[in-house]
Amino acid sequence: MEPDRISQRLASPRSRRWFLRIGTVWSAALVACRSKSAAPPAEPRALGAPVSAYGSRSRFEQVARHINQNTKAPLEEASSRTPLHDTYGMITPSSLHFERHHAGVPEIDPSTHTLTIHGLVLRPLVLTVADLKRLPSTSRVHFLECSGNSASEWRGAGEPDVQRAHGLTSCSEWTGVSLALLLKECGLKPDARWILAEGADPCRLARSIPLQKAMSDVLVAFGQNGEPLRPEQGYPLRLLVPGWEGNVNVKWLRRIKLLDQPAMTRWETSKYTDLLPDGTARQFTFTMEPKSVITRPSGGDALRGPGVYELTGLAWSGRGAIARVEVTTDGGTTWTQAELQGPVLPIAHTRFRWSWRWDGSPAVLASRCTDDTGYTQPALAALVDARGLNSNYHNNAMQLWQVAADGKVTNGNRA
Amino acid sequence: MGIARKLLTIAVVCQASLHAQSPTFGVGRTPTADELKAIDMDVTPDGRGLPSGSGTAATGKTIYANRCVTCHGPTGVEGPQDVLVGGRDTLKAPARPLKTVGSYWPYATSLWDYLRRSMPFDHPGTMTPDEIYATTAYLLFLNGIVAEQDVVNQTTLPQIKMPNRDGFVPDPRPDVPVKKK
Repeated sequence: MEPDRISQRLASPRSRRWFLRIGTVWSAALVACRSKSAAPPAEPRALGAPVSAYGSRSRFEQVARHINQNTKAPLEEASSRTPLHDTYGMITPSSLHFERHHAGVPEIDPSTHTLTIHGLVLRPLVLTVADLKRLPSTSRVHFLECSGNSASEWRGAGEPDVQRAHGLTSCSEWTGVSLALLLKECGLKPDARWILAEGADPCRLARSIPLQKAMSDVLVAFGQNGEPLRPEQGYPLRLLVPGWEGNVNVKWLRRIKLLDQPAMTRWETSKYTDLLPDGTARQFTFTMEPKSVITRPSGGDALRGPGVYELTGLAWSGRGAIARVEVTTDGGTTWTQAELQGPVLPIAHTRFRWSWRWDGSPAVLASRCTDDTGYTQPALAALVDARGLNSNYHNNAMQLWQVAADGKVTNGNRA
Repeated sequence: MGIARKLLTIAVVCQASLHAQSPTFGVGRTPTADELKAIDMDVTPDGRGLPSGSGTAATGKTIYANRCVTCHGPTGVEGPQDVLVGGRDTLKAPARPLKTVGSYWPYATSLWDYLRRSMPFDHPGTMTPDEIYATTAYLLFLNGIVAEQDVVNQTTLPQIKMPNRDGFVPDPRPDVPVKKK
């Protein structure tokens, strides 16, 4: 153990004196032993840190969300990206879940926060957070992906690494109450067709969601990975709309209104609509379609000479469960099926792996997934054929990583 | 407190909770009319939800200069934040699309709703309905959609036809071939 680590741990003067005393005795013993025997001496073992009320990671770990500082937009109206390259398994730590805020993260007191459900209902209701926690709840693992994820890659290689190119997706275990249960408690009027979900953030972000989805698998979530939602994820309440674009998963949820038509808020008209080459734009493009990406090795990595490397990455589908992930190391000429790490859950990140023996020559790595509806993740060219270059959102094309002979890995996407 | 008054209090409380709580799980309460009025802020394209009040571009110009110009520029085209004016006929490829109030937004009501919800960025929720009508009118005027003296109010706003009103189509995806299982 390095001296600076030991001194950091021995915070109090009392324990430091104790350590020095032990150290002096030990040094003497060490000198005595060395002259007699070659047996390696045991190192002194200082006590570790005491128990603590709320854990934190090792100070040796520095992995963080990526914040784009080169933007004219204020950081309250910005995003931060999950370090996909440096996370394991399928769950994203809550502290590293991507962010996209439209007016900053509000501080909300859960003892005064309420959810109001009204509009085309028989019995409007105001529910406190405590009310919601009394109701039957459920926990489910789901990814959440911003519709603008991978937007940098429409015209070929945009960002240098997987975090910046694809880090607007994360996966958590969410706990909450079924929205359908709440809507049934309120009783729907026959002409109710849409809900409008509204946040308590300063901009009062609001999105319209068809009633059919609202009555299926949507949660009013208060839990994330076993603890209350993080403030950046909507504390104390958010909507969790499985498989649908991030911004309809309204954070800091304060109001749900039943409507007979969509409200046509700014976020479903001028934003989050997908412009096509003929000048029209697709609206209410909710589902995040099947997508996968190799996270290791990926842009910014350097392979240390020929030999065996594990290719690993994540696959997910807003329509269901991942059925298959294939990988290529020759830019798509040949494909091999990767191993899926169980459990493979619907609408969740799925970890895949494949052991690759690199011969030291240039290679192009990519993955493509197929979900249980039979949809296979397209190449970029197929998406551009269908949507042109200005649709911005919902890019689920394959990501290519170029491996050079010296082992350096770069973004290999081609226009 | 007399017996009669006590009984009356109990009766009122019981009555309130009977009406208030959800039928199966017995949680929550009925919002009061005032509570609903305070948060019921959405506006649909047919104009439902718009409060009374009015404004013109002439009055909106002053409000814009005071509250919007820092982010959106003297005439709505300079930025540094979202460009609000111009961009007509840029949506079709291969033009570089410029999505503004005039070129892209399909409903004038959405603009009004967004100004009330979210603007100005650093002080949202501080404009009166009259100020919002006037600012809406000014932005529509800059885009050549209304005249400078046109009165924008809860009746006229939903009647304004935005240039890109018919520019949106439903989601046809999957739009790449899908193999049958």
